[in-house]
Amino acid sequence: MTYDAQFRVWRGDAEKGDLIDYKVEVNEGEVVLDIIHRLQATQAGDLAVRWNCKAGKCGSCSAEINGKPRLMCMTRMSTFEPDETITVTPMRTFPVIKDLVTDVSFNYVKAREVPAFAPPPGLEPGEYRMAQVDVERSQEFRKCIECFLCQNTCHVVRDHEDNKESFAGPRYLMRVAELDMHPLDALDRQKQAQEEFGLGMCNITKCCTEVCPEHIKITDNALIPMKERVVDRKYDPLVWLGSKITRRGT
Amino acid sequence: MTEVEKHNYDVIVIGAGGAGLRAAIAAREAGMRTAILSKSLFGKAHTVMAEGGIAASMGNVNSNDNWQVHFRDTMRGGKFLNNWRMAELHAKEAPQRVWELETYGALFDRTKDGKISQRNFGGHEYPRLAHVGDRTGLELIRTLQQKIVSIQQDDDGDGKLKVFAECTITELLRDESGRISGAFGYYRETGQLVLFRAPAVVLATGGIGKSFKVTSNSWEYTGDGHALALRTGSTLLNMEFVQFHPTGMVWPLSVKGILVTESVRGDGGVLRNSDGKRFMFDYVPDVFRKSYAETEDEADRWYTDPDHNKRPPELLPRDEVARAINSEIKAGRGSPHGGVFLDVSTRLPAAEILRRLPSMHHQFKELADVDITKEPMEIGPTCHYVMGGVEVEPDTAAAARVPGLFAVGEVAGGMHGSNRLGGNSLSDLLVFGRRAGDGAAEYVSHLGGSYPAVRPDQVESATTAALAPLTMDGGENPFTVHQELQQAMNDLVGLIRTADEMTEALKRLEELKARAAKVSVEGDRQFNPGWHLALDLRNMLVVSECIARAALLREESRGGHTRDDFPVMEPEWRKRNLICSLTDDGAVDVVEQPMPPMRDDLIRLFDRDELAKYLTEAELPTVLAEESA
Repeated sequence: MTYDAQFRVWRGDAEKGDLIDYKVEVNEGEVVLDIIHRLQATQAGDLAVRWNCKAGKCGSCSAEINGKPRLMCMTRMSTFEPDETITVTPMRTFPVIKDLVTDVSFNYVKAREVPAFAPPPGLEPGEYRMAQVDVERSQEFRKCIECFLCQNTCHVVRDHEDNKESFAGPRYLMRVAELDMHPLDALDRQKQAQEEFGLGMCNITKCCTEVCPEHIKITDNALIPMKERVVDRKYDPLVWLGSKITRRGT
Repeated sequence: MTEVEKHNYDVIVIGAGGAGLRAAIAAREAGMRTAILSKSLFGKAHTVMAEGGIAASMGNVNSNDNWQVHFRDTMRGGKFLNNWRMAELHAKEAPQRVWELETYGALFDRTKDGKISQRNFGGHEYPRLAHVGDRTGLELIRTLQQKIVSIQQDDDGDGKLKVFAECTITELLRDESGRISGAFGYYRETGQLVLFRAPAVVLATGGIGKSFKVTSNSWEYTGDGHALALRTGSTLLNMEFVQFHPTGMVWPLSVKGILVTESVRGDGGVLRNSDGKRFMFDYVPDVFRKSYAETEDEADRWYTDPDHNKRPPELLPRDEVARAINSEIKAGRGSPHGGVFLDVSTRLPAAEILRRLPSMHHQFKELADVDITKEPMEIGPTCHYVMGGVEVEPDTAAAARVPGLFAVGEVAGGMHGSNRLGGNSLSDLLVFGRRAGDGAAEYVSHLGGSYPAVRPDQVESATTAALAPLTMDGGENPFTVHQELQQAMNDLVGLIRTADEMTEALKRLEELKARAAKVSVEGDRQFNPGWHLALDLRNMLVVSECIARAALLREESRGGHTRDDFPVMEPEWRKRNLICSLTDDGAVDVVEQPMPPMRDDLIRLFDRDELAKYLTEAELPTVLAEESA
């Protein structure tokens, strides 16, 4: 089925901008990104948008569609009524560069602050042994495609610019959790999570989990367990030490 | 004159996929001040689309595996047209490169005894692919990205390893004697022009798929590195070999071409036509007859008892499977949307499918309303990979004819011969990524600090060329020209080729070249996709011309080059590489170049009967004589 859809797309730059109306053709099976591409090819050659794989694997085409943070390539047009106006705006938490493209450098700054995987001393490449059940916890978090929708939606930074300094956001708190749960990582991650990356500011409203296109249970499986460990450890460091040693031994 | 931002480095790496990042790590570890220039954001490269795994003969699942078996499989997959030295280095070094990733923090799926698990794949004799479900490419890119960050942390933020994201290189620069002196381009975000002075450039720009309409490749795959190498005076090897992956999505139209991983077949999925028949049994070519099952029963037994049964024909190399699917569709036995059926739903329990193929399940569910645990997928061939590429020296990845230029990964040619095996690309980019980084560092250290000079006239002409589409008035829309190019390549230089169609393609490419030179774009330099495409177009056009010209010359069928008018593989042609270069007036020139004979100890890894299928009579006696000596 082919029809003309009503689109409102935010056009502008850091200085100024506005929602612009477009009427544009839609064909069966298309996604929002297809429509944005058709706009580029036929009506607005300089419409700025990021995209790469168009298959939900690279996390480039993040935007807000009717106010909801989503990947444009994974939002099917069939989820809207043909007479519905579809509004596409850039992610709100990050400064606009142009049209749907935002400055996401905040995320790369935070990524650089998290200390890297610390290889276990004394193990040569090829000697790593880990059980599937142990790597699975961290593997869930490594499904992250870095679309930054969780960072965009988290109200700790979405509505409070000042918090960006002290809060790493769900994606990078999850990265800390991923390293903490890595069976062979040799660093203490829990103190960092609380003191340097602002784990305490998360009040587990699960907005990040809701928008994750990879369906990673960020809050339940990464952030809450980290919080529990931090609390346990505050009250009883011996328990923490014991658990760390036992896990290392398996 | 337009302002140009300037930077100085020892090594610059163009491209931030697996190959580029691995090369940058090696160059930095060798002490070089290194810059990574990426068209996309850091971590978004096309490598994330690799799904199945990394081929390396670690022998974790079947201890019979070793580098010699991997080498043999790679040469067979490439129909013996591979650069055998590259195939040798690749097979020998892949395990070390994979294990190294674990020290960077990678978390592969495990065997019961805690080692890296390995899965079956087309053309690989043993389970060989290290993997993470069906998202191995993502794990690879993230691991290398995090290793880069880790090196930056160790460097204490002093910028000796810097990533310039969303930066496109449009021209390479050379000094009077022809040595690399730098690279010129623009930042996508701002349109600011930028010059990187450096004596060594590593091309790691990936492939050319965006010249075809149905492709698994992203917008980045516009053949930039291929075109930069040509324009700088280097050469491209065997560009006629383009891999059409047998299984791309065919429906809905908007997702046509998106990859469906070979792991579906590796883990038990089968191909059926509209009669419900497993048709691959009818398409086993003679050269592979010995190793593939003849009945469904035997094929099915292989999954649990590979030592006593032959493998299912669904796991033939990709070129064979893609041609078979094409034949079934042409014979009228296709699926409703013009593909064939790929079914895993009747082969594995739903829970197992979800565990092994989670991203395929997600992709079909979200994009096509198909639940792959309950019903078959519809799939068809899609342009996936170019085996041809920059002619390189195997050990150092140094590009032909241009000192200071290196190439690695998909942009480099030779490694995969006429057809690449699945899983060999991720190992290729790790093995040769490291070699290219080391090679560039070695080259730079021999310059003793005296770097080739940047010629102002080259910067000036690069500036003019880059800004041309913005200053041109009343020209055509670049998107229109691009769509016509994709259609022409798809229709005329696709999976099955004829001389008439390629002659027609070359005529159309000439017309498109003239039109592309006059495109104009609206708007300014700030993040302007129309402008970006206008500049990418000339790369796609010259690379497309190389493919069509080489394909017209090679009068045989082999791997990723199938001629309807020359359907047989000719041993005479195995001895010849086709080399593309640019003449002074910018025309593509293609010449034959003899393939160096394989080293004795390597050729002895094959038995005579097999060699007789690939080598000429004249080559065989030498081999036989040596064997009996």
